[in-house]
Amino acid sequence: MKFLFEYRNPEKVAQYLDEITKTVTRPWKIMELCGGQTHSLVKNGLLALLPPSIQMVHGPGCPVCVTPLHLIDKAVYLAKEKKVILCSFGDMIRVPGSQGSLLEAKATGADVRILYSPLEAVKLAQQNPDREVVFFAVGFETTAPANALSVLHARQIGLTNYSILASHVLVPPAIDAVMADEASQIQGILAAGHVCTIMGVGEYDELAKRHQIPIVVTGFEPVDLLQGILMTIRQLEAGQAFVENQYSRVVHAEGNPEARRAIEEVFVVSDREWRGIGTIPQSGWEVKPNLASFDATAKFDVQIPQAPECADCIAGLVLKGIKKPVECSQFGKKCTPENPLGAPMVSSEGACAAYYHFADLA
Amino acid sequence: MPQLDFDVITLGHGSGGILTNKLLESGVFNVLKNPWLDTHHDGAVLDLQGPLAFSTDSFVVSPIFFPGGNIGDLAVNGTVNDLSMCGAIPKFLSLSFIIEEGLTMAAFWEILVSIKNAADQAGVFIVTGDTKVVEKGKGDQIFINTSGIGQMHPNAQISANRIRVGDKLILSNPIASHGMAIMSVREGLEFESDIVSDTCGLNHVIHGLLDQFGSDIRLLRDPTRGGVATVLNEIARDISLGIDIDQKAIPVLEEVAGACELLGLDPLYVANEGVFMAFVAPESADEMVDFLRKQPLCQAASIMGTVVQEHPRQVILTSTIGGKRVVNMLVGEQLPRIC
Repeated sequence: MKFLFEYRNPEKVAQYLDEITKTVTRPWKIMELCGGQTHSLVKNGLLALLPPSIQMVHGPGCPVCVTPLHLIDKAVYLAKEKKVILCSFGDMIRVPGSQGSLLEAKATGADVRILYSPLEAVKLAQQNPDREVVFFAVGFETTAPANALSVLHARQIGLTNYSILASHVLVPPAIDAVMADEASQIQGILAAGHVCTIMGVGEYDELAKRHQIPIVVTGFEPVDLLQGILMTIRQLEAGQAFVENQYSRVVHAEGNPEARRAIEEVFVVSDREWRGIGTIPQSGWEVKPNLASFDATAKFDVQIPQAPECADCIAGLVLKGIKKPVECSQFGKKCTPENPLGAPMVSSEGACAAYYHFADLA
Repeated sequence: MPQLDFDVITLGHGSGGILTNKLLESGVFNVLKNPWLDTHHDGAVLDLQGPLAFSTDSFVVSPIFFPGGNIGDLAVNGTVNDLSMCGAIPKFLSLSFIIEEGLTMAAFWEILVSIKNAADQAGVFIVTGDTKVVEKGKGDQIFINTSGIGQMHPNAQISANRIRVGDKLILSNPIASHGMAIMSVREGLEFESDIVSDTCGLNHVIHGLLDQFGSDIRLLRDPTRGGVATVLNEIARDISLGIDIDQKAIPVLEEVAGACELLGLDPLYVANEGVFMAFVAPESADEMVDFLRKQPLCQAASIMGTVVQEHPRQVILTSTIGGKRVVNMLVGEQLPRIC
């Protein structure tokens, strides 16, 4: 915790805010990619402390928000109809699918468990040899190593009743998708520190060059975020566009080779649908064919129709930073954290929920 | 524990017959002994005068044993504290068990002894009760209901209507310990930690506070489920005023803060079982904090907030770094079955 408090130090925060105010000469639109960063900006009240000329846009980096509707439907189906023990991270179970959420499935008798680690799910599979255990493996590159390890561990101990329902998405293709949309007009990017901890920063140089945009790998604490914003603005004000690493205490250029090895052993890159955004080529990971017995998608025959998204929800535009949550006609009306129409209103890292909790401060 | 010819509780122990009798005679009555209970009557006849407070609460915590307590002392402290928050001096409790068959007698005994100790510490008597047993799978080891009666403290004028702009909000203790203690032993979430539940009876502290400061105490609340944030939101809505709180003045024990960080939980929403918040007249606030800090249970007492005219019905937190944010009610359950 001492380590953390250092990055929540009020004096340091004041120094960085002062430095940002001195540096900025005109409006800049910066996207923080990761939902964890959005959450921290909101939770610490940082948005209100930044000079008004800096507009933070909340990016698509909330895994819960971009998990496609039909995959949630599939998880609900597995829990209800196939009677599996469906394990998930907490946020995911409240996201509405077309046939309700996992939480609602649980209330009607489905065996849905909230876990903090896929290895706990492997343990559950060991303890319940007569039941199928499925882990809803949602996330960016950050959660992939643990999910991959759970599969490798299950294989090693000879489990036949454990599989993962993988919904892994990748950050670099998402940056491409956001930048390719002319309406988004993002000028600088705070990349997600934790993702780069695993993957390194190698992929970002080319992105910064191609889109002529500063990319600063940034952490999650107030001091991290402000330093990342300052580094981005310095580049913007100087007309530069390159990759910098604010989070060097954690992120090494080559990432974590061991974690990457586990990922490569279990997953293969594939096209992936992002909820609200659509299919982005080569933007996700799926379980390799030789491990199909640990892949819930391959293991269970699930025939459910593709349900349409709620027509009133503009999550896609929000996730690309084109519209602010408050510009949605349903924001705070039909769509609230208690009764969400779309995923960004559910997760504490979702932009809509963040705005919902913050915007009424005005 | 007495020598009994059974190790586990079965359906027969709730039948009202011989087995029930054995369980009660050698177990419950023997441990909880007092003049009211000893009459073995259908109910207790109490001699009370003046205004009374009456409260009830059910306990379904899982697991039933956790660091710092178990479902038994939790059930006593819970109702003792609810009565105390009304400004009452808790006197008598009822105690009802719903037991799932298969609960071991050793576990039941341990719970019973905890109940006895918690009641003794609070100075309350358990004067009536009930025991039911349900089939395996129809309950979860043991559920407990307690109801309680307390005599109103003569100085107490506890009412949200008396809260005024400028009133101070006192927090008695570091928050989030109970919820995180449960988390640390919850199946599927277990993590190594030294965190213990804060469950305790607050009645003696409240009694002392009322003796000394009486009507300067406007409102007392214990932030159990939903934590500090949820209770403050309820109050802000009730009084149609704003509440400003200061993160720097809200203590969280270091190990608890670390666990919250790890699990992505906000301590403001995590349950407490030995913490109270008091809205008090501003002129006495400092003196009350001094008084509380001398009590063994409340050494970290602080003034955590102020009632304001601005932003009616909203709770706004100034973060440690000076940013402001709205603190909303908890949506859904952060963690079910915490008490």
